[in-house]
Amino acid sequence: MSENQMEDVEAFRLRARAWLADNMPKANDQYEMTMGGDLPDEEELAVVQLNRDLQRKLFDGGFAGICFPKEYGGQGLSRAHADAFNDEISGYMFPWRIQVPTFTPCASVLLEFGTEEQKQKHIPAILKGEELWMQFLSEPSGGSDAAGALTTAVKDGDEWVLNGSKIWTTGAWWSDWGLCLARTNWDVPKHRGLTVFILPIHQPGIEINRIEMLNGSKEFCQEYITDVRIPDSDRIGQVDDGWTVGIRWMFFERSFHHSDLTVRPTTTIAVDEVDTGLLPLAKQAGRENDPVARELVGESYALKRATQSLGHRIPAAMMAGAMNDQGASIGRLMAGISGTRQTDIEFELAGSSAVAWTEGDSLGKEGEGYLMRQTGCIGGGTTEMARNVISERVLLMPRERSGDKDIPFRDVERGRKA
Amino acid sequence: MELQLSDDEQLFYETTERFLEDKTPVAVLRELRENAVGFDPSFWEEGVQLGWTSLLVSEEDGGGSVSGKGLKDLALVAHAFGKAAAPGPLLTTNIVAAALSRSGSPEQKSGVLEGILGGQIAAWAHAEPHPNNGLGTITATLSKSGDGYTLTGVKAPVESAAQATHFLVSALLDGAPTQVLVAADAAGVSVAPMGTVDLTKRFGQVTFADTPVAAGDLVGAPGGAAGDLEYLTDVANVILVNEMAGSFERAFAITLEWTFDRYSFGRPLASYQEIKHRMADQKMWLEASQAVANDAATAVQDADEDASVIVSSAKAYVSEYGLEALQDDIQLHGGIGVTFEHDLHLFLRRMTLNAGLHGTKSDHRLRITDLLEAKEAAA
Repeated sequence: MSENQMEDVEAFRLRARAWLADNMPKANDQYEMTMGGDLPDEEELAVVQLNRDLQRKLFDGGFAGICFPKEYGGQGLSRAHADAFNDEISGYMFPWRIQVPTFTPCASVLLEFGTEEQKQKHIPAILKGEELWMQFLSEPSGGSDAAGALTTAVKDGDEWVLNGSKIWTTGAWWSDWGLCLARTNWDVPKHRGLTVFILPIHQPGIEINRIEMLNGSKEFCQEYITDVRIPDSDRIGQVDDGWTVGIRWMFFERSFHHSDLTVRPTTTIAVDEVDTGLLPLAKQAGRENDPVARELVGESYALKRATQSLGHRIPAAMMAGAMNDQGASIGRLMAGISGTRQTDIEFELAGSSAVAWTEGDSLGKEGEGYLMRQTGCIGGGTTEMARNVISERVLLMPRERSGDKDIPFRDVERGRKA
Repeated sequence: MELQLSDDEQLFYETTERFLEDKTPVAVLRELRENAVGFDPSFWEEGVQLGWTSLLVSEEDGGGSVSGKGLKDLALVAHAFGKAAAPGPLLTTNIVAAALSRSGSPEQKSGVLEGILGGQIAAWAHAEPHPNNGLGTITATLSKSGDGYTLTGVKAPVESAAQATHFLVSALLDGAPTQVLVAADAAGVSVAPMGTVDLTKRFGQVTFADTPVAAGDLVGAPGGAAGDLEYLTDVANVILVNEMAGSFERAFAITLEWTFDRYSFGRPLASYQEIKHRMADQKMWLEASQAVANDAATAVQDADEDASVIVSSAKAYVSEYGLEALQDDIQLHGGIGVTFEHDLHLFLRRMTLNAGLHGTKSDHRLRITDLLEAKEAAA
């Protein structure tokens, strides 16, 4: 095969199947448990190390970064290859913690806007599992209005000095690098005074505070950034043009459900196993003969199928030119909305055991899952923002009025007047 | 519907769409409300010429398709029908044609099947009236009688029952499902007209009272129709759900246009965030409905081992969210949305009808769970 001739997808599939069988551990219950978060710190760190090791294994086997360019250590293959790999890796362990936000949006942004030097330095390291990235995007003053960032970068010679605070960074305490949106100009309207930087997370000027969620999880963090100095060579994109980067950054974030830069097993079910939806949960709750429970199992399965079908249709529609890139928000909305319904169904199936359980009864986790139901509609851009994007950018309905347009950011009202 | 059709498929879809726009615009649909048949006979004959009943029939039996994938082509026709809320016995004739091409005798193929390919109507008498209206329930019975059989039972709703020359009836023979072909003028057959939510579809309740059935009128082996009936149930729901996706697409387009045209408090409805968010939800439901309808057609066409569960998932999904969207379209129109003058109800009617035929969303959810259990047991 010549260098620029792409391997046939089916040949690639078979090669991946054989390699996975020989090299990749099968997913087991213990591994599944680690996907829920909320682990003691030592176990959490062990899981992170496992993810790095799994990524290294993919890299050594020639399966890391299937759609990443070869010059940065990727495989230079197509979406069809990535889809085939996602089919084949179903039921196996995979480095799930590295997918979001390291591969997308962070590596996606690096690939699109990074300098050659930045790409050579970071992309191969990411593909080897050596660098885990986080988004320094949201701030305590506002989640959805990302362009209203208050974290400030001031130029000092060849360096920038950063001060401010970022929040909702998942696992910043065990990550290596951050992609950071900062304000570099307060005298222009908000979208025109932003710049993007990259910075190592573990350094004296960054204090990491872990936030306890209502279910006890401490995976989310808030960072306090004090006089952190960054060389200008770690700036991404042009000065004050960070929103050009930011728009794509958030697009990548919204479209992680069908990004070709991530590994996402097509199902949690191995090729040789049968997907029976929530039937096992109904059985565990002793309700497999209850018609109400049986209808809920069917509803859940239909909804899962619809979410999968939509997940294939949206990127296909975008590639065919039948829908613009903003259509990615449709998938994001579906993930959030169908996710809440799935959680409701699981909660209902578990019955009273979801709210009060004996020790070791795993039905109890359905109750805790229910308490966290809305996270799927908040993280990664809220479903309200997705609805704004769909209505305004896909259906071309009028934009919302904003109170910060065309005035210097320093004059924008940022809270209720006393 | 597929996002990317081949040139032939595209032409076929557009030809069907244009034909329906031309022959059955909304003004004609309103006039057909009072028509006992629900369509103009020449409309159906011309449609048959376009191939509407040949798609599930093999070439040896005189059928043929555009793409070589007959059910995928039929799904396109159904989608165009839904978009136009078109009249005509599309589902019922195609089911009988598919059954006969699949399991019919040479006599049945040269007789009734050829008739369907020439524009005659034969109807699928499978569903039964309450309390036997659960999906797949059969209580009609076939008993041995001399060299042949006797058929007794009630079937409803049967589409275009009063126009049909023949009925394909599913009945139990010694407790096992069996299909028979019965002439509409056979002894003991009577048809009572039914009311319906649709403007142009017509249904009848067909009673078979000791109707004699010759041995040669069985379609397939005695007691051996279970597989055919599962397949036909899947095909029927592929047609229904693709038609629903078409109606949903049309109603969504009408409503989106309305939100831009209608002004309240000096601004278009489209500028209110509440309404934008609801249209965003509808867009998500619409795209998901199109996706599942298309995937259901593909799965049955390709004889995917999960075809039935994929079809039932599609029907359960579109019946829930598509209908909810249609009702929301009415709500967004306000009072005008519930008038006969407005076009929206034509599409609400078609979606409502289809959601209730050949399994409600609850029936299909239960079928999914039954199928998952069967898969688990087989694994």
